[in-house]
Amino acid sequence: MTDRILTVRMDAHPTDSHTLDRYVATGGYDTLRTALRDRTPAELIEEVKASNMRGRGGAGFPTGVKWGFLAPSEPRYLVINADESEPGTFKDRQLLERDPHQLVEGIVIASYALGVEQAFVYVRGEYAKPARRIHRAIEEAYAAGYLGEDILGSGFSLDVTVHLGGGAYICGEETALLNSLEGRRGEPRLKPPFPAVEGLYAKPTIVNNVESISNIPWIVANGGATYGAIGPERSSGTRLFSLSGHLERPGNYEIVMGITWEELIFEVGGGIRDGRSLKTWIPGGASAPWLVPSEHLSTPVTIDDVAQQGSMLGSGAVVVMDDTTNVVAAAHSIVKFFAHESCGQCTPCREGTSWLEDVLERILTGAGRPEDLDLLLDVSDNISPGLTWPPAMTTICPLGPSATAPITSIMKYFRDEVEAMIPTPEVAHA
Amino acid sequence: MTAISHWSPENQERAQVILDAYPEARSALMPLMYVASLEHGHASDAAMRDVAAIVGITPAQVTSVVSFYTMYRREPVGAYLLSVCTSISCHLLGGDDVLAAVEEASGVDHGSTDDDGVFSVEHVECIGACGGAPAAQVNYETIEGLTPDKASALVAWLRDTRPAVVLADEMQQLFGGRRSFEWGPTEAEGAVVPVPAFGPYGSAEEGR
Repeated sequence: MTDRILTVRMDAHPTDSHTLDRYVATGGYDTLRTALRDRTPAELIEEVKASNMRGRGGAGFPTGVKWGFLAPSEPRYLVINADESEPGTFKDRQLLERDPHQLVEGIVIASYALGVEQAFVYVRGEYAKPARRIHRAIEEAYAAGYLGEDILGSGFSLDVTVHLGGGAYICGEETALLNSLEGRRGEPRLKPPFPAVEGLYAKPTIVNNVESISNIPWIVANGGATYGAIGPERSSGTRLFSLSGHLERPGNYEIVMGITWEELIFEVGGGIRDGRSLKTWIPGGASAPWLVPSEHLSTPVTIDDVAQQGSMLGSGAVVVMDDTTNVVAAAHSIVKFFAHESCGQCTPCREGTSWLEDVLERILTGAGRPEDLDLLLDVSDNISPGLTWPPAMTTICPLGPSATAPITSIMKYFRDEVEAMIPTPEVAHA
Repeated sequence: MTAISHWSPENQERAQVILDAYPEARSALMPLMYVASLEHGHASDAAMRDVAAIVGITPAQVTSVVSFYTMYRREPVGAYLLSVCTSISCHLLGGDDVLAAVEEASGVDHGSTDDDGVFSVEHVECIGACGGAPAAQVNYETIEGLTPDKASALVAWLRDTRPAVVLADEMQQLFGGRRSFEWGPTEAEGAVVPVPAFGPYGSAEEGR
């Protein structure tokens, strides 16, 4: 059984896995050649549907189903979301730096399947080196005839442009990304219409994550059904997990989903550093509600199991905190992030995230008030009524509700620690 | 291009290449602002007026876009922009202490630039280096596995040697620690100014 797809080449060839020569020498672009010659676009879309691969950006929507929604009018666009910014996530950076041709081949195959002649790779502005690598790979691919006019004599043509962002987390949200790519403020759009119908320049557009598209060459080469048979049924395939925080061995790990959290944290990640104990962890990036060892260690790491536990696998970023962690300070760091990155369109998010940050800061500096605990929950409830999972929305995009995740997490599992940071009224008045 | 005939021939050519890459001119706004920042030293009002003229929209529209993003510098910044991550993974492993060390070693509070124009310091949100936390960037080139002491030494080294090209591998080798993943071979290109060192936008140059 295949247990790794995306990281095989970079591990086997650490010095040159990013070059065209190495990519071709290890079978790269063979799948593209065969696909252009022998397969119809409709067959390729069916192949990706059969893989049941769910998008690796965070939302977990099946990639093949998304492709099926693409409206027939022309021109159509493919946009690769390389705006990796979810705190804790650094997997796409590795894919861009270490195996960019895998992504380029995926882009060409996907574009052929979707009837796209112009694709974009939107790379976050801070990723200068990853942008250089993918740009160089694209230049190499043009020179070798894998991009441009009449690719490999197939009659199919494709141009790819790397677009550098300007430093805004919200541009990872696909409609904000499209606005940014149009030279506008990165403010999310109301959906519907979805990008597959009205996306870039109001034309049909597919937005896919780097990791999702990097899987396409393997899926087409080996068959969607083969990919779909890897791992649990609704979490098929391998997945790159970014492990960080208080671990012995942080890093990116490509694994088959379905192992337990205990295995992921203690075996893959090497356990908690310095002999400390595990206090809590974030299972899918800063937007995800936290899990705790007393309840969640033995459950499987799959998209659906984590959703059942009231959280999400999101971008695959696992942030581990040990028993020395001040959870209020950790929550403050995350809320500060969302307050900084709120685009400001929607009042509950714009105002709410800043208020949450202010109240947490007050508690952290010893000036907290007994009513601040309820105030944190009340503000959160105004951003996401009912504080349910998945979160109810009062906003155009999920950024605002994401900011409530650390609040509800510390209130649910560590309320006593928050209370202990509030001075008693007598002391405060003294 | 008459709108930017006062730009260097090199930057004019870059602008044309960028414009040609998009179906609609306005999409070139953000990349052009990086080139304009190279030309003008930062994202000044004049830089924004130039880009407005190229793209065919008003300067106010360009300002509206530029002000949304953090990486366009509307005030002059130092030769070395020190960006220290304080998001969750870096926070857990001492990113705030690294920031304090950088502020002390450079003599610059976050959000400011020194009088000599050598250093600007900022705290930034997640830069995708969480496996090597705490991490920072110098002119958008990443260094991972920092400690307060290593960060101070990095600042001193920048001040003393004034590298013309900031190279991630060089910084990492001298002052870095744990990495998010194996970086692979040493890269020759780096940043010469606090604009992302990305070929088409013009600032990536070969180092020593």
